Formats: sequence, structure tokens, C-alpha cells
Amino acid sequence: MRKLIGIVVLAAIAAAGAGWVLTAPKRLPEARFSGMTGDPAAGERIFTAAGCASCHHAPDASGEDKLVLSGGQRFASEFGTFVAPNISPDPEHGIGEWGLADFANAVMRGVSPSGRHLYPAFPYTAYTHMRDTDVVDLWAYLLTLPASETPSAPHEVGFPFNIRRGVGAWKLLYMGDDWAMRDVPDAQLERGRYLVEALAHCGECHTPRDGLGGLDTSAWLTGAPNPNGSGTIPGLTPDRLDWDAGSIAYYLESGFTPDYDSAGGHMVAVVENFAKLDPADREAVAAYLKALPAGGAMD
Amino acid sequence: MTRLLTAITALSLGLSGAAMALDYSGQQKARQGQFRILAINLGTLGDMAQGKTEYDAEAAQSAADSLVAVSMIHQPPLWPEGSSAADLDGTRAKAEIWEDWEDFTSKWADLGEAAAAMQTAASGGTEAIGPAMGALGGACKACHDSYRAPRN
Repeated sequence: MRKLIGIVVLAAIAAAGAGWVLTAPKRLPEARFSGMTGDPAAGERIFTAAGCASCHHAPDASGEDKLVLSGGQRFASEFGTFVAPNISPDPEHGIGEWGLADFANAVMRGVSPSGRHLYPAFPYTAYTHMRDTDVVDLWAYLLTLPASETPSAPHEVGFPFNIRRGVGAWKLLYMGDDWAMRDVPDAQLERGRYLVEALAHCGECHTPRDGLGGLDTSAWLTGAPNPNGSGTIPGLTPDRLDWDAGSIAYYLESGFTPDYDSAGGHMVAVVENFAKLDPADREAVAAYLKALPAGGAMD
Repeated sequence: MTRLLTAITALSLGLSGAAMALDYSGQQKARQGQFRILAINLGTLGDMAQGKTEYDAEAAQSAADSLVAVSMIHQPPLWPEGSSAADLDGTRAKAEIWEDWEDFTSKWADLGEAAAAMQTAASGGTEAIGPAMGALGGACKACHDSYRAPRN
């Protein structure tokens, strides 16, 4: 019921004249990325840390095929089922015709080249924190991947969530420039914050959502119902995860918990990615998690 | 009459199905026990690989041998159809196991290969154990990715 009221409110906001302006897709300034060229090798690390392939490879891809970003994985939610699109460099079915600015707008603003809001199943609320150079490098790397001619499937989202302007209102509520962890006293914590909050978008599954599907930052990384099936995604705050930093780093490398159980579900893909990163990155994530407040209430 | 017979047959099948579901606690304990044995022995090796405990060639070899021993347990009797998390409490086994049984058993076979590699590596010190742990972790994750549900 709360959800329904919220939707009505959102629709009313979107319908109002001022709301219409506020909810318009906001592109980045055109000049922001002009003249920048990316380094594909650096982009590969961003690609791995950001977990792009984990959602955009074909549903049953394994090994090298995970670099063919043909889309097709389905993500059921209470708002409908989102189907990951083809983001391979294919000019017709993928994003090969896009320019760098188009890509940056999609990743950092959730706006498509044609000026529509993208659904936040694509975690642009996290990627909005990415550094410009990383976005440029990532774009350079994506263009080196194999093209796929698989057409993207439409999302299966019913009324009222199929009104894209509603996403604009949603963004007003839930998208911002603020980090969850405001203060990072040293470089390692800053790196950990960048990995957790921006690239690896850990909060998308490990933070509970409110009735409109926005992350509840007052319970940051405290665990949540599985967004994509039954069961629970565990909390990561020190009161919920008492592993030492070394154990967290080892888990991200090997998938083994301190008592040698192993990762399962989507976390398998996350560990697969983190295993390819530098040990310092895994240690930075561990340091960040150890620095979280108990209960996840960020100031 | 035919209808009555059919009804009786259906009823008895239904009953035997229900009765069998109650009988799976043994299989459930057995399969969870084998994973526990794996975890304990992985712990011996993993703690050495991480430098949490000192390398001990004999202990490492015994642990690796135990992994191989568990990997040789014939799995089908432990996984009767109808013993998924949808059917029973206390298990996180997903129904997909039985929908893609061949893939499930091939993933168990991959564990056997990784365990055999550890059996060879165990005498080679922590430098050899580390990568072999990685392969074992890969085998565990590959199966848990598809066939184990998250905790409730």
C-alpha cells in the first residue's frame, strides 16, 4: 500500500509542470569528455572491478565467452523483470554506434543516447561516482571486445513503471553525488570506498531498499532480501560480519569463508572478478568494510 | 472401475511420495556431512596457504587425501529427486540440480580433478598449495553459483 501511494505521488510529481522539468533526463555537459582518449588496458581493470560482464554476458556463458556482452540475463524484481541489453560493440544490436559522451551519460547519469531514462537495474547510482578517466578507459576497453548480433530483449515492466519519466522522479530521490562513507582518512580507505560504493556497486544487493526500490542509506550494507530470488544477502557491517580484514581479502580472492564454506549465487561472479584485481584492492575493500559503523547508519 | 483404480493408484503414489520425502533426512545428513569434511580439510590446507598455520607436509597430505576420498563418494544416492529446498527444511539445494543433473554431476567431477591436483601439490609447500586452493575454490563456487540457494 505504501508502495502504491508512493507511485501515485511520483506520478503526480512527474505530471506537474515543474516536475516535468525536474524529471527530464540530465545529460552531462557536452564538453566534459571532449578530447579525452582512453587506455584499454587500464579500462580492463575498471571493467573487471565494475563487474560489467557479470550481468551483460549471455545467460549461460562460461570462460572467454563471458567477454561477449550480448545480454539476455534476466533480473526479476517486484517492479518487473529487467533483461540486460547487448552492450557489445556491434553497431546495430550493441553500442558500437555510440560516442564516448553517450557512454558516459549512460554510465554516470542513466540517460540513453536518445535521451531516455534508463532503469536503475543498471547501477548508475553507483557508477555516477566514477572518475572521468576511468569511464573513458572503460569505453576504450569495451570497444575491443567481440561484437554480438544478438538483439536486446525488451524489459518486462508493466504500468506504472513503464513510464520512464517516473525514473526521473526516482533519480531526484535516490541519485546524488554524496558518498555513503563521507570521511575517508587515508588512501586505502578512499580506494576501498571507490571500489565498494562506485565500481563494484556492493550496496545494490547488500543494502536494503525502501518501498520505491531506493537504497536505504541509513542501513548501508547491513544485508537485504535477495533481490533476485529467495533467501537473504548477508550484511557486511562489523556487527554482522566479524571476519578479520585478512579473511575478507582472502574470501574475495578464493571464495572461501573463514570456515572454508564457499561463495554462492551472484557472489561467485563478484569473487571471480575480485580475484583478478590487485591484492591491494581486495585489502582496500576489507579495510573499508572494517571501517563501517555497526548497524550501517552513515552520518 | 478403471477410474477407481486410477484414483487408488494415484493416491498410493502420492502417499508413497510423501512417505519418501520424510525419509530423506539421512541423505541430507550424509551430503552435508561430506561437505563438512571437505571444509575441515580445506581449512587445514587454506590456513597453511595463508600463513595462518605453519606448513606441515604430513598434515597437508592427509588433508588432500581426504578431499580426494570425499570426491570419490558416488553422489546419486545422496541426491534423490524431491530433496531440494522446495521440498525439505534444512537444505539449500536448489531444484535446478535435478533439472540439469548432468551438469551437476560434471561439477562434482570437477571437484574430483581439483582435489587430485591438490593431492599432488600438497607435498610441495605453501607455494604449491596456494594455486591448488584456488582451483578447489573455483570448483566449489562453480557449483554453488547455480545449485545452492542463499541462506534464509
